[in-house]
Amino acid sequence: MALLQISEPGGAPDPHQRRIAVGIDLGTTHSLVASVRHGVAECLPDSAGRVILPSAVRYLPNGGRQIGADALAEAATDPHNTLVSVKRFMGRGLADIADRAKLPYDFVEAPGMVQIRTIDGIKSPVEVSAEILATLRQRAEDTFDDELFGAVVTVPAYFDDAQRQATKDAAQLAGLNVLRLINEPTAAAIAYGLENGSEGLYAVYDLGGGTFDISLLRLSAGVFEVVATGGDSALGGDDFDHALADWALAQAGLSAESSQDKRAVLVAARAAKEKLSAADHATLACPMSADKGSATELSVRVTRDQFDAITHDLVSRTVTVLRKVLRDAKTDKAAVQGVVMVGGSTRMPSVQAAVSDFFGKAPLNNLNPDEVVALGAALHANTLAGNAGAEEMLLLDVIPLSLGLETMGGLVERIIPRNSSIPTARAQDFTTFKDGQTALAIHVVQGERELVSDCRSLARFELRGIPPMVAGAARIRVSFTVDADGMLSVAAREEGSGVEASISVKPSYGLADEDIARMLSESFSTAEIDMQERALRESRVEAERMTLATRAALAADGDLLSTQDIAAIEVMLDKLETARQGIDHHAIDAAVEALAHSTEAFAAERMNRGIRKALSGRRVTEV
Amino acid sequence: MKLDSDDFELFGVPPQFEQDTAVLDARWRTLLSEFHPDRFVSEGAQAQRLAMQWSVRINEAHRRLKDPLARAAYLCELHGAPIHAEDNTAMPGTFLMQQMEWRESLDEASTLAEVEALATAVAAHRNDAFGELRLLLDDRQDHAAAAQQVRALMFVERFASDVDHRLEALEQ
Repeated sequence: MALLQISEPGGAPDPHQRRIAVGIDLGTTHSLVASVRHGVAECLPDSAGRVILPSAVRYLPNGGRQIGADALAEAATDPHNTLVSVKRFMGRGLADIADRAKLPYDFVEAPGMVQIRTIDGIKSPVEVSAEILATLRQRAEDTFDDELFGAVVTVPAYFDDAQRQATKDAAQLAGLNVLRLINEPTAAAIAYGLENGSEGLYAVYDLGGGTFDISLLRLSAGVFEVVATGGDSALGGDDFDHALADWALAQAGLSAESSQDKRAVLVAARAAKEKLSAADHATLACPMSADKGSATELSVRVTRDQFDAITHDLVSRTVTVLRKVLRDAKTDKAAVQGVVMVGGSTRMPSVQAAVSDFFGKAPLNNLNPDEVVALGAALHANTLAGNAGAEEMLLLDVIPLSLGLETMGGLVERIIPRNSSIPTARAQDFTTFKDGQTALAIHVVQGERELVSDCRSLARFELRGIPPMVAGAARIRVSFTVDADGMLSVAAREEGSGVEASISVKPSYGLADEDIARMLSESFSTAEIDMQERALRESRVEAERMTLATRAALAADGDLLSTQDIAAIEVMLDKLETARQGIDHHAIDAAVEALAHSTEAFAAERMNRGIRKALSGRRVTEV
Repeated sequence: MKLDSDDFELFGVPPQFEQDTAVLDARWRTLLSEFHPDRFVSEGAQAQRLAMQWSVRINEAHRRLKDPLARAAYLCELHGAPIHAEDNTAMPGTFLMQQMEWRESLDEASTLAEVEALATAVAAHRNDAFGELRLLLDDRQDHAAAAQQVRALMFVERFASDVDHRLEALEQ
């Protein structure tokens, strides 16, 4: 444990300094885990010294599974049961997967999210992702020989709510406490910015295996402000493989029918693509079982110029998104100080050239594009765990896609436009359209299109009990609130009568809590977690945290309170201490809540004092 | 300073139309550096809720202050001349004529250059109109006239965003 003592000079080690928090990059093709050790972020290697874990899971007939490199090695021989690139299926229905015919999987249509039939039963992309996350969690726990406090998991900036919820579900299934989901380009900017002490406007161009993101961030003195973000959650290195594979098959006059052939051609295409990043020609070669089972060989020579021509449209699509993001940010490409390249696919020379042509300056490649996202996530996780020395960093994020409501005629009324800073809240007034209407159906959607049918449905609920009135007389205020985690809640209230209804949005595509519970009990990699004990531990940590915070607040701003007020708070503190010694986590939670309640007015007063100090240019008293 | 202070008080800037965007952005960053929920991760749920309230309020004020049209509308409202756009659609004839001309030009425009020329014309018009708005609000304190100008500019903004959509479509 000596490894973890990251105390500031003169700082007493307190419980805050011992929290182990990790950053996880759950990628389409590979995944990594990183943590801040000895004050610097580093990727954690497995026992063989490898930091990269291929995002591949192979299900075996006996209920066992292989994860990572071992699974990937069998992708061509056992394509049905070796699941790769499942990130592309997270929170997606069968109809959303455009290239499903070219993939070697036995897809099963399921409500909400597509599933895949394997020799070990039907698997959801969430379960497959959870296997990868659990492997990384285990790696981190082995490294530190301790349990994790929590993790920051990265997602493409352009992931919608359904895809984010699926990622959260997978993390929960893997037994991780998710401190936050953050966007991959933002994580990259954190790692890049902190390493280089950069200030100004930076673009992060992130072309991964399955997704493309572009984010504009303003960096200043430890504040990472996302200005605008955009992308395509179905465009990545895999598409380059598919384009090259299709071209090669056409050249050879062959077609890939069997699952083995489909996977073999894709593996060969990827190898050729990677070789072309350094060489000016490569040969795409693999054995194939042709018509009537007679074996043949696919062997097609491809030059870099040919490859660039085949994939030109894909690169152009990224440049179109670049333009759109600059327009959203109301800024010009000349204002961008540097372009940080992230994701293995940015190794392709045509991508480097397109970015450099567009911005008129060479992109920044001085970070390992594979590791930078995990490193940034680890730095943020360290902050969110409240670890010492991390408070100098702040991330100000935006929502990537507009949030709105369905109105008459299937049209979308936008309530919170994309790129709004979070946390945020906005309200809009609606009315009834029929005389005597007593209920209003509220349909929450996400997306940029005008028609509800083109956007993603997030939730539906009803406001009932509106007193009968003539059409147009009711005034119904619908408020959207997005917290710092980017999670949306929606409330509706009829102002005249005060009837209310609200919902915390869990997208229709996410998993129900029962599904999570079932998968948890089925999953052998997380079965050992004793939920009861975990709850008690968490309650005790919270009690300790609350006690420390209250004592610090009293020491700093006790002068705002009367002697009686202070005495009352002391009583609550004693009660909490008594509860903390016990083993009933409900009692501890209740005492924490009671203490919070009794300090409510005090906390508000302290905030007011704080804002006055902030404006007068001084820092709020450290707590 | 309270949660219900007006935007100008909250940001500590003079209550007028003329604003320095750099100052607003810097204030916004300073305020959020103090009040973002992430600054209170180890202080319990109560502090989190309060920080969330403050951050929402700070973001709301920033959004309104940095957008010149929203800022002008807000000033009119603070001075008893609310915009009520939905009930006040009456516009001078010359203004409506120009709107119609623009709409026609946009419908007829087929090349990127034509749409770009229109965008430039609209931008110039906007610029002049905002100059006038500054005069009405900051120098003459004529909030009723300013409110009328804001309503006209709302039409212009809507048209400008339609032009942007066309540009976007043509660039693809």
